[in-house]
Parts: sequence; C-alpha cells; structure tokens
Amino acid sequence: MTTTLSGLIRLTAAQMAVKLRAGEITSVELTQAHLDRIAAVDSTLNAFLHVSAEEALQTAAEVDAIRAAGGTDAEALHRLAGVPIAVKDLIVTKGQPTTAGSKMLEGWMSPYDATVVQKLREARLPILGKTNLDEFAMGSSTEHSAFCVTRNPWDTSRIPGGSGGGSAAAVAAFEAPLALGTDTGGSIRQPGAVTGTVGTKPTYGSVSRYGAIAMASSLDQIGPVARTVEDAALLHELIGGYDPKDSTSLHQEVPAFSTHAAAHDVTGLRIGVIKQLQGEGYQTGVLARFQESLEALRAAGAQIVDVDCPSFDYALGAYYLIMPSEASSNLARYDGVRYGSRVLPEEGPLTMERVMGATRAAGFGEEVKRRIILGTYALSAGYYDAYYGSAQKIRTLIQRDFDAAFEAADVLISPTAPTVAFPLGAKLDDPLAMYLNDVATIPANLAGVPGISVPGGLSEGLPVGIQFLAPSKQDARVYHAGGALEKLLNDDSGVPLWAQVPEVEEAAQ
Amino acid sequence: MSEISRADVEHLAKLAHISMTDAELEKMTSELGVIVDSVQKVQEAAGEDVPATSHPLPLTNVFREDRVGHVFTAAESLSNAPDAVESRFKVPAILDEE
Repeated sequence: MTTTLSGLIRLTAAQMAVKLRAGEITSVELTQAHLDRIAAVDSTLNAFLHVSAEEALQTAAEVDAIRAAGGTDAEALHRLAGVPIAVKDLIVTKGQPTTAGSKMLEGWMSPYDATVVQKLREARLPILGKTNLDEFAMGSSTEHSAFCVTRNPWDTSRIPGGSGGGSAAAVAAFEAPLALGTDTGGSIRQPGAVTGTVGTKPTYGSVSRYGAIAMASSLDQIGPVARTVEDAALLHELIGGYDPKDSTSLHQEVPAFSTHAAAHDVTGLRIGVIKQLQGEGYQTGVLARFQESLEALRAAGAQIVDVDCPSFDYALGAYYLIMPSEASSNLARYDGVRYGSRVLPEEGPLTMERVMGATRAAGFGEEVKRRIILGTYALSAGYYDAYYGSAQKIRTLIQRDFDAAFEAADVLISPTAPTVAFPLGAKLDDPLAMYLNDVATIPANLAGVPGISVPGGLSEGLPVGIQFLAPSKQDARVYHAGGALEKLLNDDSGVPLWAQVPEVEEAAQ
Repeated sequence: MSEISRADVEHLAKLAHISMTDAELEKMTSELGVIVDSVQKVQEAAGEDVPATSHPLPLTNVFREDRVGHVFTAAESLSNAPDAVESRFKVPAILDEE
C-alpha cells in the first residue's frame, strides 16, 4: 500500500482524476502524498514559498465526503475535483499569503481570491501552496525572487527557468500534478521547456487576469502548468472563460481542449517553421532536438513549411520597452500607504515623498528597479515617440507577420528557449544575456496569440522545449499539435520525458 | 554608446520615487546604457506609416450594469495597511514644513 501511495504522485492528473472517481484512492491520500513529497524534496528545490497543508487536506476531505455520500452532488463534482494544485505566488489567494516574490508584499494577505483561484475552489482542487517566482514575475531564472532560489529537479545546480520556476519545478519533481502560472514574455513556457514539462500561454483575454498582480497589463496572461498536454488542457478548460471582473476578458466559449489534445492525427496539418527563431544564439543540441521533432511530425504526415517573420528580429527590443513601461506604471501603486511595506528614511524629514523613496528602495530588488527606471525613461517626454511609440509600431508589424504566417500554416513551431537550463548565477550579472532567454517566446505575448511548450527530448541530459503557436482564439490548435508531438516522441522513446527526471535528494525524515 | 548619463538616472530614480545610493546609480547608469543601446534598434523598423498597437486584442465599450458589486469593509481594506487610525489610512506629512 505504501508503494502505491508514493507511486500516486507519478500519475498524470488525468489518471489521478480517474482513480478518484472510481473510488480507488481518496483525495486525502492523494493530497497527503504530495504534501509528503514536498516535505521530502522542497528543502532542496525551494519550489514553494508557502505550503498550505491544512487547507488542502480540508478541501480533499470535503471531496471525499461528497463522493462517499454519492448522489447528484457526487455526480456534479468537477472532473479534476480532489486533484491537488499549486499556485504561482503572483496570483492572489485568500487565507494564504501572496508575496509576488517581493519583500514589498512580504506577509501580505489578499482580501480576495483571483478569479482563477475561485474557479479552483468551486471545482474543489486542494491548493497545496504558493510557488516561487522572480520578483513581480520579472526574470527568466527565478533567481530574482526576494526569498529563495528554486532549483531545477533535472540538475539542482541549474535554474528552473522563470519567472514561473517554482510552478515548473514543483510539477517536474512530482510535488504537484498541476500548477498555475503567468506568462508575460514566456514565464510559463520557458520554465516548462527547461524542466521537461508542459506549459501554455492562452490567447490574451481568454483566461481572466483578475487577481494576477499586474506587471505589464497588455502582455500578462494566466495559464496552466502540467506534465502532459492533456493535463494542461484539462486545467485550461477549468480556468478559461469570460469574466466581467477583467475588462480585457473575451466573450468566448471554452473549447474542449482535452479532446484536441487527444486528436493525434497530424495528416495534412501545415506546420510553419519560423525562420527567425533558430540559428544564431541557439545551442546545437537544442536545434538537433528541434530538427528531430520536425522529422517526426513530417513522418506522421504533417506538412512542414517555412515562414518568414522579419519583424521578429525587433520583438525583443519592443518587448523590453513596452513591458518596463507598463511595469513602471503598474508598480507605482507600491507607495507604502495602503498595503505592502513602509520604510522610513534613516535621516531627514519624514515626508510622504521621502518615505515613498525609502520604501521602494528597500522593498524592490535590483531587477525590479532596473525595469521601473527603464520604463520611466521610455515613457519620459522627449523619448516617448522614439522608444515606447516605436515599440508599439513593432507590435503592429509582428501581428502582421503572424497574420501572413498563419495564411501559410495552421500552427507555427520553434524551439521554446535558445538554450537548456543554465547554471545558477551564470547570467545574474548580465541583464541583457538574461533577457535573450525570452527571444522565442516574446512574439506571442506582443501579438496576444496562444503558445504551448512541450518536451522535445534531452540535450546534455537536460530537457529541450518545443513551442507551438496558433492564431488568436485558436488555442485548441496548440493542444492538437502539442499532443501529437508528445505522443510521437513518447512512442519513440517508450517513456515520457517527465518520467525520466532523476531522483531528487530527499531530506532526512 | 547611449546618451544616458548618471544625472539622467538620478532624475529618473526621483521620478520613480526610488532612493538610490551612489553605487547603485553608477551601476544602473552603465546597465541602462547597454540595454537602451540594444533596444533602440526598434526605431529602424518603425516606419511613419505603421500604426501603433497598444493592445493585442482590442475591445471597445466594455460596460457593465451600473450596480454596486462587492465592496470591502473598512476593516478589510485597512487590514494590510502599514499604518491606520480610526478606519483611515495614516500617512506621513504630504508637505515638508521647512
């Protein structure tokens, strides 16, 4: 029985759901197995900033009681009811602290739930806790968290990606079968790529952003983090849909993404290879796995075509103007008045302005300050047209490139990140080198289109991610293509990539 | 190399209400210079005739019914305040008396 229980965490979320429904296991057992796993490995990995054992077990017990009682309430339970989940600490939760990975919000208790969290509660998914991230989601390695450094389960001396490194590491290391992430420039997809997991950035506006602490409002998007394409699709179905509390929310029915994830036939599917997202800057091993993925898809009947997106060469520049501009504005709210920390200046008069300066100096980390200053610069009189204005024009050009590319192809494909996970500390002193990690994921955010990262094999023993992109509101296509590639590669190697993760050293119990 | 000077960064930090030490200003000036140099090439491709996009999927006239929705109590609103008194946020002096 004990082997069964510890083996539970290695099932997919979909398999867990089936066993729960069949009464083979209880949600309390399943949730406890994950809490045990967190207790065993998280002192090594630091994926969680907060673990909420009591609340999670209580939700689990409620699901078990409803199921045991049977009847219409049991039948009405959501398919994922009782399957535990972790939540990125950028998403606000009642009853658990939300920090955004920042000292500014240390100990802050949200008085409300994000819409996606409310949906998790209504569907009765036990919330295991809050996962680590780069401060205010600003980073590509989770090293900019004010609290701890999350380690990659594949090699604990390496980064788990960012900003959602905590959610990706937790899912990769079987601390949680599912997690929520947020993706502003790749913060779901790039951690997915370097941890051998799956992550989706939905179409902008298709999942409510109400309760996601804002970084760059025209780019931010909440999405699912999982080990398999089907699991990501199931979670996406749960969190998607119109929300009147988010004024950018789209009026749209949520498609059955999991059905598309299971439709593995790619015969005749036109897959566009983006000329600009390969070559220089991409590691040989990453490109080799990418080519193999293309070959596998071609052999399965897909039509591989080349697409040219010349404006993508300017995407990184446009992103690092638009994002800091919006961030500098969004983060103006941390003024030490209504919430968050307040720090008094060491000397001189205690005026509001000086308290604000001291509060923001102490509360924000280096990368956050860098982006606020950069954004303030890009928006300042005399530079606005040259920087922010130009970047917004690039955004139009990138949308046009996508439009043209989707005339020739049903989905687009690229490596998710140019490299495999790099060693901790390797890029901390070189902001520009860090920014380059997002080169392949940023265009989707600028255009608002959906994207997914699925495992594409190993290079130097570390996971490589393959990204699929689809037109706006066609998220179903990334699940179709992603699910197909996942199956082709699994069939080829016999065992899914996520199951090949080395054993993480457990803490003495 | 870009035209960002240390004095510029000092001014920006003031605008952004972030107190910075001399060492921080020094470091930020050089880092910002490198970043701005690399991002300013967006100007090459941004032609006069290209319209700006501020929002990926623009929506217009997003309305809701004019009805009071959920509101927080004063206690809830003040629960995270660094300082409060008598159901109000307490703040330092707005104006310097000197």
